[in-house]
Amino acid sequence: MLQELSGMVWMGRETASEIKERLARHRSPFRLKHFFYQSNRVGVGSVPMVILLSVFVGLTMALLTGYQLQRFGLVTLVPAVVSVSFTREMGPLFTGIVLASRIGAAYTAELGAMTAGGEVNAIEGMGIGALRYLITPRILAIFFLTPCLTVIAVISGILGAAFISSLLLQLSYSYFYDQVMTNLLVKDLMAGIVKSFLFGAIIGTIACYKGLTVRGGAVGVGTATTSSVVMAVSTVIACDSFCNIFIVTFFP
Amino acid sequence: MSATPEKLIEMRGVKLQFADKVILNGVDFSVRAQEVLVIMGLSGGGKSTLLSILLGLLKPNAGAVFFKEEDLTKLSRPKLNEARTHMGMVYQNAALISSMTVRENIGLPLEELSDKNASEIASIIDQKLELVGLKDAGDKLPSELSGGMEKRVGLARALALEPELVLFDEPSAGLDPINSKLIDDLIIQLRDKQKVTSIVVTHEMDSAFAVATRMAFLDQGKIILEAAPGEFRDSDNPIVSKFLSSYTDHERSKK
Ligand SMILES: Nc1ncnc2c1ncn2[C@@H]1O[C@H](COP(=O)(O)OP(=O)(O)OP(=O)(O)O)[C@@H](O)[C@H]1O
Ligand SMILES: [Mg+2]
Repeated sequence: MLQELSGMVWMGRETASEIKERLARHRSPFRLKHFFYQSNRVGVGSVPMVILLSVFVGLTMALLTGYQLQRFGLVTLVPAVVSVSFTREMGPLFTGIVLASRIGAAYTAELGAMTAGGEVNAIEGMGIGALRYLITPRILAIFFLTPCLTVIAVISGILGAAFISSLLLQLSYSYFYDQVMTNLLVKDLMAGIVKSFLFGAIIGTIACYKGLTVRGGAVGVGTATTSSVVMAVSTVIACDSFCNIFIVTFFP
Repeated sequence: MSATPEKLIEMRGVKLQFADKVILNGVDFSVRAQEVLVIMGLSGGGKSTLLSILLGLLKPNAGAVFFKEEDLTKLSRPKLNEARTHMGMVYQNAALISSMTVRENIGLPLEELSDKNASEIASIIDQKLELVGLKDAGDKLPSELSGGMEKRVGLARALALEPELVLFDEPSAGLDPINSKLIDDLIIQLRDKQKVTSIVVTHEMDSAFAVATRMAFLDQGKIILEAAPGEFRDSDNPIVSKFLSSYTDHERSKK
């Protein structure tokens, strides 16, 4: 664990030094083409899954809180509860989990196969700087697109909640909309967005590191992919808790 | 410590071990500009490992590797990358980027490391493909090539940046005699026309003696013999002569 952490720090430092060197020579540290390709894969490709998942989670949340709050006659609070918790918590978290399993796994598997096949060494041997060339576009793509996907997740989650509320809890769409608008604070939005930047960086770093340290051929790639997803998901969840504690303590 | 001038690359006292298995145990040799050094040795003897060290892909446990009077083992990463652009390596398993076509593979170092524009790059790619006799394979993926073709693409890629030093890891293993001859001729031509220095690891005696200006034998982690080809052939070193004679016996028995 500690070894992995220091490995990741080393990877980050070396990548940074390669990028610095490239900039000093007035060359772009990575190709925009690669960045857009990766962004497309991370972002556009994940949209359907993020929407689907969020709609269902939003729906379930509204339903469950609705039934609980009904007992106290407080069903009108559903929009506020659902929208705030989705923006601050569920949106970033579920996006993180989707991306860790969808994109993190893909990063680890492809970089792992390249490592096992000697391709990474070949790139390194040409003097291209394998870390910079392979990692930068990938991590940047996931870093910048996690927040975008989080926004999509939040919107679809709230829509899902609004839908079920009007259907089963007798809350009209316009009431739901007004409630969301009055209860959702910029602070909640910021908390969600900041967290999702962090999650993106965590997933990207873990996935790339796991991929580049693959040993043992095809089986090694499989093991590394599994452990990359497990590690990314658990780190994201743990990090989420810490963020919440931090936010609640310092920005009440 | 500094390298002796006029030597392009030099290894001094290089030791390397994986876990507790000693692979190289004090290797010394040097190669002057425009030489072709052939390195022979038993399978698993550490020849590929030695080339990886020359390229800075592996760090030796001890010793120094001088390339143009700079110790590669002590260079920072950017400096090492800069040095690597003057070297080209033909890998034993070709090591092409499997997601890129042949043309993209050869163009990769040009795109990343040179300031050439797209049409200049395209013409260099054409020229290198022509050189290795693969004009028509440009748009194929590595998985659609035969082993020998992959190797030749690897060679074309290694030559893309016009390196001063080319490291060949068994370039003609698995090739038919005609293509094997093509590669031998290419090595000779590179030396004569473009003043390229080469280090060639090979088991093929014919091509070894065809291209070599000097030969070395790696055994038990040391260079046990380094000599001109004629002297090498007549060596009375028991291991080397056994190695060479088993090869000639084998050839004779086939006739
Ligand atoms: N990454 C590694 N980890 C551990 N041991 C290794 C590693 N790479 C190579 N070896 C060991 O180092 C030794 C030398 O390997 P190397 O590939 O250099 O041999 P070689 O001389 O090129 O053989 P061949 O002629 O068959 O290509 C072998 O015994 C191999 O088991
Ligand atoms: Mg080998």
